[in-house]
Amino acid sequence: MTSEFPHTPPRKSYTFSDAVNAEIRRAAATGIYDIRGGGTKRFLPHFDDLLFLGASISRYPLEGYREKCATDVWLGTRFAKKPIHLDIPVTIAGMSFGALSGPAKEALGRGASEAGTSTTTGDGGMTEEERGHSKTLIYQYLPSRYGMNPDDLRRADAIEVVVGQGAKPGGGGMLLGQKISDRVAMMRNLPKGIDQRSACRHPDWTGPDDLEIKILEIREITDWEKPIYVKVGGARPYYDTALAVKAGADVVVLDGMQGGTAATQDVFIEHVGQPILACIPQAVKALQDLGMHRKVQLIVSGGIRTGADVAKAMALGADAVAIGTAALVALGDNDPALEAEYQKLQTTAGAYDDWHEGKDPAGITTQDPELYKRFDPVLGGRRLKNYLKVMTLEAQTIARACGKNHLHNLEPEDLCALTIEAAAMAGVPLAGTGWIPGRNGGF
Amino acid sequence: MQTFDLAARGLRELNQTLHTLNGTTNQTAWEIVNTRGSHAIAVGVDAPLDITVRGTTGYYCAGMNKQATIRVKGSTGPGVAENMMSGTVIVDGDASQYAGATGRGGLLVIKGNASSRCGISMKGIDIVVHGNIGHMSAFMAQSGNMVVLGDAGDALGDSLYEARLFVRGSVKSLGADCIEKEMRAEHLELLEDLLRRGEADAKAKPEEFRRYGSARKLYNFNIDNADAY
Amino acid sequence: MCGIVGLFLKDKSLEPKLGAMLAEMLVTMTDRGPDSAGLAIYGGGGDGLTKITVQSSNPGKDFVDLDKDLKEAIGKPVAMKIKSTHAVLEFPADQVDAARSALAHLRPSLKIMSVGDALEIYKEVGLPKDVAQRFDLAKMGGTHGIGHTRMATESAVTTLGAHPFSTGPDQCLVHNGSLSNHNGLRRELIRLGTTFETQNDTEVAAAYVSQKLKEGQDLGQALESGLDDLDGFFTFVVGTKDGFGVVRDPIACKPAVMAETDQYVAFGSEYRALVNLPGIEDARVWEPEPATVYFWNH
Repeated sequence: MTSEFPHTPPRKSYTFSDAVNAEIRRAAATGIYDIRGGGTKRFLPHFDDLLFLGASISRYPLEGYREKCATDVWLGTRFAKKPIHLDIPVTIAGMSFGALSGPAKEALGRGASEAGTSTTTGDGGMTEEERGHSKTLIYQYLPSRYGMNPDDLRRADAIEVVVGQGAKPGGGGMLLGQKISDRVAMMRNLPKGIDQRSACRHPDWTGPDDLEIKILEIREITDWEKPIYVKVGGARPYYDTALAVKAGADVVVLDGMQGGTAATQDVFIEHVGQPILACIPQAVKALQDLGMHRKVQLIVSGGIRTGADVAKAMALGADAVAIGTAALVALGDNDPALEAEYQKLQTTAGAYDDWHEGKDPAGITTQDPELYKRFDPVLGGRRLKNYLKVMTLEAQTIARACGKNHLHNLEPEDLCALTIEAAAMAGVPLAGTGWIPGRNGGF
Repeated sequence: MQTFDLAARGLRELNQTLHTLNGTTNQTAWEIVNTRGSHAIAVGVDAPLDITVRGTTGYYCAGMNKQATIRVKGSTGPGVAENMMSGTVIVDGDASQYAGATGRGGLLVIKGNASSRCGISMKGIDIVVHGNIGHMSAFMAQSGNMVVLGDAGDALGDSLYEARLFVRGSVKSLGADCIEKEMRAEHLELLEDLLRRGEADAKAKPEEFRRYGSARKLYNFNIDNADAY
Repeated sequence: MCGIVGLFLKDKSLEPKLGAMLAEMLVTMTDRGPDSAGLAIYGGGGDGLTKITVQSSNPGKDFVDLDKDLKEAIGKPVAMKIKSTHAVLEFPADQVDAARSALAHLRPSLKIMSVGDALEIYKEVGLPKDVAQRFDLAKMGGTHGIGHTRMATESAVTTLGAHPFSTGPDQCLVHNGSLSNHNGLRRELIRLGTTFETQNDTEVAAAYVSQKLKEGQDLGQALESGLDDLDGFFTFVVGTKDGFGVVRDPIACKPAVMAETDQYVAFGSEYRALVNLPGIEDARVWEPEPATVYFWNH
């Protein structure tokens, strides 16, 4: 007999949500942690929580389209004989051939070169596709040293010593067997089809005192011509920036936890590192304390999507930004036009992150010739160029509204924050107040 | 023979001089003196030069060498011949850690002992060590051959891929996924050649070595191997 | 992250030159540690006297009549030797506790660098060559010594953050590497009564060794315990009244090279530091094994 009283409705646990329980069941069934590509998906304080203070009477804005607002940037002016000059301060972050298909790498080179900026190799060596199509190419020097050789060092325009990345500071790389094709295997001196485990530390140096000697060696090999970048994941950015400078870097690349990866443990992506908003002021402070702000350039990455993000990152003190995930989206990654195919992979456009499985219907994160043949590198390059140009125009629009004739003249004082969290992290006042929470708190 | 006084003329001039030669000269014999443990001596050379380094070196001597034969009449610091592409590097004394790290080709001969992480992440280089090697040697070694006339330290060949390891003396312990393997005729033949080229054929015979290689159990993830990760 | 040098003399004829040899080794390691430098030097002892080395940020004021004031306080003769920001006070060995408490009272701003019959510690911020000059290290004699050049990682560049750290009477420690569990250890050591002067990880290692000695271990045992309890990367060189010891963490990827001849045992973070030692060409040169404690005693 049913009760005549209303009963308590079923209530699910917030702690043990459906998603959490599903992950527990998946782990129990498979015995492997969740591996995926991309960056963190959790909600984080971000550039969206900052707003610019446009000019009006106390400051005077510049006229759009007519009055100059320059966007160029010099990188590597500290020691390199041949520093890099880019037309726009938005660069393409390191993504490996292996993680990406050859045509996708080519498209990145085409788009970046047409927009007047640089591309970056990744954990798998330099391909002809990207060297041939990239006017300015940054060559990553990684712990795995796959494909590393002095000829490519000498034909690169700069060398980026990768110590860490935002998706996994302190972790190594991973490329699962599905993507180790004949060509990828040959470039990395590995058997085909095996899981590739990249080391988390460099094989022949540890710590800043050794790094200084490693940088000396690379400079000697390249006759002091190339700028040396040092890339770190956003974990302890004050110390890491200071030590990269002490070790002799020309440029520091700082990747916040929103930065993507080709594949790593979900637990790493979601639980290690700091958001880029919190990282930039710490790195800038380190540069300022050493008297090196603007002398050693700072490139930041991790969740840069729009010209507003570019302008905000630069106002906080960055010299340039790098984009990875956004560039893949511009090329056509996760496009709703491919929804039927994403459904077949039991996912949906906008959520697809199993890049390591090599089944990308967009033909971008795959080594399957049937799939990557679908991708047109010329069209992809065109799309990337358009996107880079739009970002630049957007950043200029904001800079002009703040009365700046160069993007580099944006300052933290041009910003306010919408939330207390963002105000504390970015070190700018909460909107409508002069209050910067945590100021003088140190790092 | 050209003599280069490193203390007098400096590292930058040394490497610039060696780079400029680039196979277009008949000044192929060089001697570097007054090394005093300096780093990055004769790095990035890409010419069939014959270079003799008199004295002990710091980090990364002969780094990324191509084509050249570089003889060190002394001991070397960390990372000698790191990422070597081709050519030959012969160290008369001992080598510090990371000898031949990530080397992709050529031959590295160490007549004394090599310290820890010898041949780490090697990718095709051949390494012949007349003495002993330290712990974690051939860690994640991908391809190439390592020949050790003496003993190996702890965790030899940890997380090894397809590099072949030949040790004549004792092995303190094997790393994860590294096992002893059968020595076949092809390996004896390979060893004979490496011992000859490594100037060690008078000291040891191929039959005296044992071969170690990858068990290939870590090649694709399996939770039952979790203890090895 | 740093450079370490050490020299333990077997040949007495080299003793007057100890400071000169160590100062040169120290300056060679400047690239590894340009932020600050320090030297612990051992000499004398066995004469019934003991020494306290103190540091002042205002030596022009603090050191005036310090020997007189201390003599008055403890009622025994006191000899003082001033070197820049440091002063070495020497007095009868049975007066150590009295002298310490008198100093805390007489000149509360003084920092104690070392206490011991044979040990003196000199350290300051700045380039190793400037630090060596300031203290005239090259003129010092002794039986053995340890030097350090520092590239600060996470803690501040200050005099007290420089190495060596004193771990107890006639004992000191220097470090190259970076510890990863020092905050937890620091809390435990504070609970046990240790007072810390810096946020430096090495100070925790030094205090850890002191604590183990207090618990009755000898220095070798304390270092063995450290292999279990200290996490992260380290090469330690420790000094005692009679000798010195070396230990590296089990991963041992920070550099370390040693040389031994009939005349001395030497330690350097790089071979470069050793190149000018007499007879180095024929020395036995090797790298210390991971997780292994080495000791040399007179």
